[in-house]
Amino acid sequence: MTLWKSVLAAAVLALASGSAALAARTDLVLGIPLEPPHLDPTAGAAAAIDEVLYANVFEGLTRIGPNGEVLPDLAESWTISDDGKVYTFKLHTGVKFHDGTDFDANDVKFSLDRARAPDSVNAQKGLFAAIDSVDVVDPATVKVTLKNPQGSFLYNLGWGDAVIVAPESADTNKEKPIGTGPFKFQNWAKGSSITLVKSDNYWGQPAYLDKAEFRIVPDAAAAVPALLSGDVQAFPFFQPDGVAQIEGDPRFKVVVGSTEGETLLSINNKKPPFDQLKVRQAISYALDRKAIIDGASNGLGVPIGSHQSPASKAYIDLTGEYPHDVAKAKELLKEAGLENGFKATLKLPPPSYARLGGEIIASELREVGIDLEIIPVEWAQWLDQVFTKKDYDLTIVSHTEPNDIAIYSRPDYYFNYQNPKFNEVIKELDVTSDEAKRIELLKQAQKILADDAVVGFLFELPKVGVWDAKLSGLWENAPIQANDITKVKWND
Amino acid sequence: MTAYLLKRLVIAAITLVLASMVVFAVLEIVPGDPARLMLGMNASAEQVELLRSQLGLNDPLALRYLHWAGGLLHLDFGRSYTYSVPVLDLVRERGVVSLPLALIALALSTVIAIPVGLYSASRRGHAGDAVAMGAAQVGVAVPNFWFALLLIYCFAVWLRWVPAGGFAGWGAGIWPALKSLILPAIALALPQAAILARVTRQALLEVLSEDYIRTARAKGMPYRAVLWRHALRNALIPVLTIMGLQFAFLLAGTVIIENVFYLPGLGRLVIQAIAQRDLIVVESVVMLLVAAVIAINLIVDLSYAVVDPRLRSRE
Repeated sequence: MTLWKSVLAAAVLALASGSAALAARTDLVLGIPLEPPHLDPTAGAAAAIDEVLYANVFEGLTRIGPNGEVLPDLAESWTISDDGKVYTFKLHTGVKFHDGTDFDANDVKFSLDRARAPDSVNAQKGLFAAIDSVDVVDPATVKVTLKNPQGSFLYNLGWGDAVIVAPESADTNKEKPIGTGPFKFQNWAKGSSITLVKSDNYWGQPAYLDKAEFRIVPDAAAAVPALLSGDVQAFPFFQPDGVAQIEGDPRFKVVVGSTEGETLLSINNKKPPFDQLKVRQAISYALDRKAIIDGASNGLGVPIGSHQSPASKAYIDLTGEYPHDVAKAKELLKEAGLENGFKATLKLPPPSYARLGGEIIASELREVGIDLEIIPVEWAQWLDQVFTKKDYDLTIVSHTEPNDIAIYSRPDYYFNYQNPKFNEVIKELDVTSDEAKRIELLKQAQKILADDAVVGFLFELPKVGVWDAKLSGLWENAPIQANDITKVKWND
Repeated sequence: MTAYLLKRLVIAAITLVLASMVVFAVLEIVPGDPARLMLGMNASAEQVELLRSQLGLNDPLALRYLHWAGGLLHLDFGRSYTYSVPVLDLVRERGVVSLPLALIALALSTVIAIPVGLYSASRRGHAGDAVAMGAAQVGVAVPNFWFALLLIYCFAVWLRWVPAGGFAGWGAGIWPALKSLILPAIALALPQAAILARVTRQALLEVLSEDYIRTARAKGMPYRAVLWRHALRNALIPVLTIMGLQFAFLLAGTVIIENVFYLPGLGRLVIQAIAQRDLIVVESVVMLLVAAVIAINLIVDLSYAVVDPRLRSRE
C-alpha cells in the first residue's frame, strides 16, 4: 500500500513538473542598441525612448499599428465635425495610471496643453501646432478644436510625443515613468537595462509576458554572442552585418521588414553647381542603387525614387525616372557647362549605411567626373554643420520620421529647396482628411520631388529583426520607432 | 617627508586648476549643440533656443566656467543635460563597475606578470625565457576586443559558465556581479600583464647585473633568496610606475572592452556623453579622472618611499 502510494505520489509529481515545464515562458530579454537618455517620450527626440516605452508603458488617444495604420487607443471612438475642425473623442472608462490614479478627460487636456505650451520643449511640437483649444466635455469626452482642418491629426496623436501623462507624475516621468499601458516600469539600471513588468489592472487585453528587460547592447559584434548564449532572446533592430552568423540557425528567426527611413544623398540645392537641375539630375543618373544597397545595407534595402516608404498606400515607384546611366549623366553635366567635372564634399554621419554607402557613391560619381572629398563627421557635428548651418555640398542620411514628405516644403530646411508648386500640394494635403484625396496629393508630391531631383533617393532603410524562433508578436516592420511587446508571447 | 608631501600636494592642486580650464575651453570649442541633439531634426530653431536657455547654455562662457568650477570645489558636479540627474549620481553608478573591474584586472595582471618576469629574468637566454617573452609579445600585439570576443565565444556561448555580457549589478549578489566581471577583467589584464612582465624582466636584469648582487651571491646567499630579497625589491620602482599608469588606463580607457561586454562603465559614460554633447558630464568626469590620475601618481610617489628607504630620509 505504501509502495502504491509513493508510486502515485511520484506520478503526480512528475505530471506536475511536466506541466510546469510545458507552461510557456513569460519573461523576455530584448536587446536595444542605444540607451534612452530618460524615460519621458514627451520630452526628447531620441528614438530609444519610444523603443522602450511606446505602447508598452505609455498610451495616446490613438496609436500607430504594426503596419502604420491609425488605431484607437485610450480614445474608444471619435467624431469629426463636417468642417474637419472639431474632434470629439470618447474615452475608455475605468482606466488607471500605474500609480493608481484615474485617467480621465482632464489628463488628456493636461497632456495636450502641456505639449503645446509656449515653454514646452516637446521635440515634435509641430504635431500640436493646429490645435486651437482642448475642452473637457465630461470625464469621458474631450473636444479638440483645430485652427484649420488637418488631415494627419489622428495620426499625429499616435506619436510617442503625444502620449497621455498625468499631472501628478508628468514631472517625474523622466526617471519613473507612469503611464496607462499594459506594462509598468520597474527598474532602470543605468547603462545596463530597463525592466518592465506586467500591469495588474490594465484596462484592455493584458500582456502575455510577466516581465520584459530591455538590455542595452551597443556593439554589433556583442549582439551575436548575446543571442547565441541565450542571454538576450530578441534584437528587433539588428545590425545587418551580423545576419550571416545567425541565418541558417534554426533556433532563430531573421525577419527583414520595412521602416519609414528614406535614405537620401541629400543635396544643398542652393549651392552652385547643385542649384542647376541638370547637375542634380546627372547625380541621380550616376547613382547605381543596386550597388549602393548591396554595399550599404547588405542588399536588404528597397530602392526608392522619391520620398515615400514603399510600404505606404500612397507609394508610387519612381525608381525608373533616373535609371543608372553614366553616359546620360555625363551629357547632362556637359549641358550644364561642367564637362570637365567638378569637386565637392560629401559629409558622412556615423551610421554604417552612410559610411559604407558614401564610399560607393563617391566612386560612382567619380565615373561621371564629380570628384568627392569624403568628410566623416559625428552626429553632433552633422546636426551643427549640415543640418543647422547648411554648410555642406552632399551628405547621406536616413530620414526616419514617418510620413515626413512635408519637410521639403519647410522654408529653412537643410535641403535649401523651394518649389511653390510643391508647397501648394503640401498645403492642400495638410487640410485634407479624405483618404483617397490624400493619397492622390501624396502621389503628386512624390512626382514633383523626383522631377526636381531634389536629392539622390537611395533606398528605404531595412528593419532587420532577429529573435528566438519560439517568440511571436514582435513587429516585422517599423512604421514608427517602437518595440511594441504588448502581444509578444512564447510558443512551445 | 612632510615637505615632500606638501610640495606634491601643491603641484597637484595647480594641475587640477589648469586642467579644469583646458577641459572646459576645449569642450566649448567643439562644434555641436546639446539642445539640438536632444530635440532632434524635427524641432524648430525657436524650440532649440528655448531649451538652450532652460539649460543655461546661453550664459557667458566665463560665468559658466566659474559656476561649474565653483561647484566642483564643494563636490557639486552639476546636472547632466541629457539625463537630467546629478553628474555625481551617474559617476557613482558607473564607478561601482569600473573601479572593481580595474582593481581585478590590475590584480590579475600583477599576479601573472611578476612571476613571469621573475622567471624570465632568472632564466635569461634559456628556452623558458624565450617562450615567456614570446608569449608576452603576442599578448601585447593581440587586439583586446578580438581576444574578448574569443573569450565570450568560449566561456559564454560554448561552455555557458558566465554571461556573454552585461552587468548583473551588485544588488544581485557578489557572485553574479563578479561573474559578469571575470571575462572583461581577463581581457583587460592580459595585454597589461604582457607589458608588465616585460618591464619586470628588464628591471630585474638591470638590477641583477649590479655589484651588490654579485657580492650577495659571492658570500654564499642562495640565488633564489638574492632574487627575491635584493633584486625584486630594487626592481620594483619602474614596475610600480607602470602599474600606476595602467590603473589610470584601466579606470577610464576601457571603452572598447566595455562595449564588447556592454558593461555600464565610466569609459562608456564619457564616450556617450561626448557623442550627445552632454558637456557638463564630460567636463566633470574628465576632471574626476584627472584627479584620480593625480592621486594615483601621488600614491605611486609615496610607495617609492616605502620601497626605497633612501627616498624617505633624503628630504
